[in-house]
Amino acid sequence: MATIVVDVMLKPEILDPQGQAVLAALPRLGFTFAKSARQGKRFEIEVDGPVTQAQLAEVSKAAETLLANPVIETFTVRVEE
Amino acid sequence: MKVGVVTFPGSLDDRDAARAVRAAGAEAVSLWHADADLKKVDAVILPGGFSYGDYLRCGAISRFAPVMTSIIERANVGMPVLGICNGFQILCESHLLPGALTRNVGLHFLCTPQPIRIENISTPWTNNFQQGAEIVIPLKNGEGSFQCDDKTLDQLESEGRVIARYVGENPNGSRNLIAGISNARGNVVGLMPHPEHAIDSLTGPTADGLAFFTSVLTAMVGK
Repeated sequence: MATIVVDVMLKPEILDPQGQAVLAALPRLGFTFAKSARQGKRFEIEVDGPVTQAQLAEVSKAAETLLANPVIETFTVRVEE
Repeated sequence: MKVGVVTFPGSLDDRDAARAVRAAGAEAVSLWHADADLKKVDAVILPGGFSYGDYLRCGAISRFAPVMTSIIERANVGMPVLGICNGFQILCESHLLPGALTRNVGLHFLCTPQPIRIENISTPWTNNFQQGAEIVIPLKNGEGSFQCDDKTLDQLESEGRVIARYVGENPNGSRNLIAGISNARGNVVGLMPHPEHAIDSLTGPTADGLAFFTSVLTAMVGK
C-alpha cells in the first residue's frame, strides 16, 4: 500500500474568510507569530503500491475533475513516504 | 408547459419551487437526481438546499448525478434552466455558468429579506420584470459570495450577463454585488437569493419572486 496526498488550496486571489478567521483568532490566544493564514483541504488516498507515474497522472486528473475546482483552487499531488 | 424540479439528496426547497411553478400556472414535474429521464419537461429548476450534504464543495458531487448529464445536454441546446442558491452552485460546478460561489465574507449563514435589482430582462427567467426593477426576496445561504477572475467578470459585465445585483450593502462579498448571472445564450440562469420563497405575502416577505416563474411561461409560449 502507498498513500497519495492531494493538497487543495484556494487561489491566492480568492478571498479566504476561514483563513482570516483563523488569523484573527491566533493573537487572541497569545500566538503572535502569524503574518497570514490560509486554509485548505488535504486528501489521503491509499492505493496498491508502489505508485507509478500513470497512477499519479490519474490522481491528478481526478483532482482536476472532482477534488479541486480549478476556477478557484489549485492542487498538488505527491506520494507520502 | 412542464417545468421540472430536481430533488437531490439534501435538497430543501424543491417543494417550494414546485409550488411556485404551479402558482405561475405551469405543471411542476418532480425529477430525481439518480434518474437521467427529464420526463419531457420544457424547463428545469435546480432548487436550494444542501445536496449531498455540501460535502467537498457545494454542488461538487451533485454535478455528477445522472440527471445532470441530461440537463447539461439540454441546456446546451437552449432549454431554460434556473439554479437557485445550491442550484446556482451546481450550475457553476457543472461549468454551465462561470465562476464559483464561496464562503460568505464574515462566515455567517445569512437569512434575510434581500433587496436586489433586475439588470437583464431578456432571459427566459426575467422577461416579466421591468428593466432595473428593485425587488425583495429572501437570501439564505452560507456560501453565496460570487467569485471569478477579472477577465470573466469583464465578460459578464460587458455582455449584460449579470441578471441581478444586490442593492445596498454587499451582504456576502460577491464581486460587483452579483446576485445572479446567465450563460452567454441567456437560457441558463443562476440566482443566489430565493424567489420561490416570495410568491405570496402570506408566506414570503413579498410576492416579487413569482415573476421569475411566470417569465419562463412567457418565454415558452412566445416560441
